[in-house]
Amino acid sequence: MPNMSKTKVPMPVQEPDVRNRNFSEVALGYTEDMAVEEAERCINCKHKPCVAGCPVNVAIPEFIALVHERKFEEAYYKILETNALPAVCGRVCPQESQCEQVCVRGKLGEPVGIGHLERFVADWYMKNVHKLIKPAAPNGHKAAVVGSGPAGLICAADLAKLGYDVTVFEAFHATGGVLVYGIPEFRLPKNIVNHEIDNLRELGVKLKTNMIIGRAFTIDELFEQGYEAVFIGTGAGLPSFMNIPGENFNAVYSANEYLTRVNLMRSYDETYDTPIMKSRAVAVIGGGNVAMDAARCAKRLGAETVYIVYRRSEVEMPARIEEVHHAKEEGIIFKTLTNPVRITGNERGYVNGMECVEMELGEPDASGRRRPVEKKGSEFMMDVDTVIVAIGTSPNPLIRTTTPGLETNKYGGLVVEDTTNMTSRKGVFAGGDAVTGAATVILAMGAGKKAAKAMDEYIRGVIPADS
Amino acid sequence: MDRQMFEVMTKETLNSMTKRMQVYAPHIANKARPGQFIIFRVNEKGERIPLTVADTDKDTGAVTIIFQEVGKSTKELGELEIGETVLDFVGPLGKPSELDRIGRAAVVGGGLGCAIAFPQAKYLFNSGTQVDIIAGFRTKDLVILEDDMKAVSQNFYMCTDDGTYGTKGLVTDVLRGLIESGEKYDKVLVVGPLPMMKFVSLLTKEFGISTIVSMNTIMIDGTGMCGGCRLTVGGETKFACVDGPEFDGHLVDFDEAIRRSGMYKDIEGEKNAQHVCRLEKM
Repeated sequence: MPNMSKTKVPMPVQEPDVRNRNFSEVALGYTEDMAVEEAERCINCKHKPCVAGCPVNVAIPEFIALVHERKFEEAYYKILETNALPAVCGRVCPQESQCEQVCVRGKLGEPVGIGHLERFVADWYMKNVHKLIKPAAPNGHKAAVVGSGPAGLICAADLAKLGYDVTVFEAFHATGGVLVYGIPEFRLPKNIVNHEIDNLRELGVKLKTNMIIGRAFTIDELFEQGYEAVFIGTGAGLPSFMNIPGENFNAVYSANEYLTRVNLMRSYDETYDTPIMKSRAVAVIGGGNVAMDAARCAKRLGAETVYIVYRRSEVEMPARIEEVHHAKEEGIIFKTLTNPVRITGNERGYVNGMECVEMELGEPDASGRRRPVEKKGSEFMMDVDTVIVAIGTSPNPLIRTTTPGLETNKYGGLVVEDTTNMTSRKGVFAGGDAVTGAATVILAMGAGKKAAKAMDEYIRGVIPADS
Repeated sequence: MDRQMFEVMTKETLNSMTKRMQVYAPHIANKARPGQFIIFRVNEKGERIPLTVADTDKDTGAVTIIFQEVGKSTKELGELEIGETVLDFVGPLGKPSELDRIGRAAVVGGGLGCAIAFPQAKYLFNSGTQVDIIAGFRTKDLVILEDDMKAVSQNFYMCTDDGTYGTKGLVTDVLRGLIESGEKYDKVLVVGPLPMMKFVSLLTKEFGISTIVSMNTIMIDGTGMCGGCRLTVGGETKFACVDGPEFDGHLVDFDEAIRRSGMYKDIEGEKNAQHVCRLEKM
């Protein structure tokens, strides 16, 4: 008999007033009993809409049934069939707009906590099972992956499982891309990411850090070195600024820089050398997940006041509801319908305030959201000493400017063929934010997966090279 | 000889605070061109620090760097012995200098900037450009690369702030003297401290001589990702790492760049005080 409770088994979390002063993980994970209880909420419906709702089509009802039977190890292998990074996805996927959005149980109450269960299974395996993963028998072919973020890692894993000799090239000194430089420790602990990447190594994937493709080697040179297909998963690394006066004052950061200093370079830990501003009052501009991450990091670094400044209303915020909720609990102040006009600085060039104007919502714009318009004469000053700009990023130009024949769209994203993710260059595939512009981890993984399948077909000649 | 990646191949002391090292990184040595830079990190807790490539040797796979031991990271780099490895060493980054088809150039180096000016002068000299080098240092003890620079220039002018070596005065004084005495330059390349590049640019603007400066800013990744290296050039925001590091000196907002370069001075002061030299630990 299924568990007919209308609500999910609640996820234990650190108390807001405790966690906003540390970088340990906020959500603490299910116990075995909690997981089994939640697994019982899955009614194993006939149509399994959740599977289609998942960009990498995890066999959700099957793995949940195995959790129900307390076969946690088998449940892990079931997920692993289509998803090489379950511990990551269980934590950072927007399940509410994917698998859980279409869950039948959601029609009458909360959907099954698929994300919570995925995370539980991955964590349980990490804690309890120490088996070496056997690499597949080599098939004698070489493939290269550029960028070790979610798209590249999944692509590499899927190719390795097919027996390819796969090398991943990463520009940073650490692998994981946005999983290590962008998403903070308290949402996605770095030892979890490293563990998942170690699994890839066991699969036979080679990871080369400190390698700038486009500079040290071009894409064309990778082909000369014997790689038969190349996947570009270089992300959307270029931060956008607002182009308002004062944006180059000291202590104005892009969210990318702020988060990289905190997460990758660990400037929150005094024993690391990379510095970060000791801020008193911080304004984070933007309403996405990245803005929430930056605000919550600033709070943890000791800022007394942290604002989210967003020009539309809370309803239009692109951030996950859960992240907005967590940020508010931790004391982040939301200034919605507020737009920055200029940043002011002192005589030494450091930020000492930000002028904003109040906004109201007008007619819907091209995105379907109501367009924010300025309220005349509503300008006011915010007392801040740090400003973090989190209004988005665009694809990194390094590869497209050093690879002849790569077609891009007007936003700088690589143009790919829909079903194969092949670019305008034969044998060069792409996926993730490098194609779409800033999106989610799981969408990038879906693209990496699709590309891996097509790369295999391309190398085997199923897709003709002259198509 | 089998070498480990990023192994220190040679190391020499150029003056009391400056070292020259060759680091084994054949993929960078093969590609790096004058004006490009690398980023290094010495240990797990270290900062990522950019340094301009001073020279390369494709045959041995060596990338030469010249650095002043002024901060914690550069001190730790300087403490590495031959045979030890740099933890991370990535490049080549940035756009190469545009040095082709210049008839006559004045290359101006200030202090450590000479380490960057030298490869540019060498490239120009070897590609047939008439090169005058003006090298300025605070004092005689800090002079570096004098013979190297002499070897790649038609005329070499040395000056020191205190007059202990060469002419007493600043590089701007020497350059002004040359221009006013009728020397004609198609291009002036300046590498050195920000105030020096600022004043050389102001001088050449007066005479309408095209001037290129090399901006060594604070940065993390060096690939355009963080935007920490941004500066204003001709009223537009540019990233030193991907749009530069070289820019038109007449368009750079030097005052802003000077302010931004000091962003972490207070914090770095604290970190520096924490650094204990390996010698002191013995």
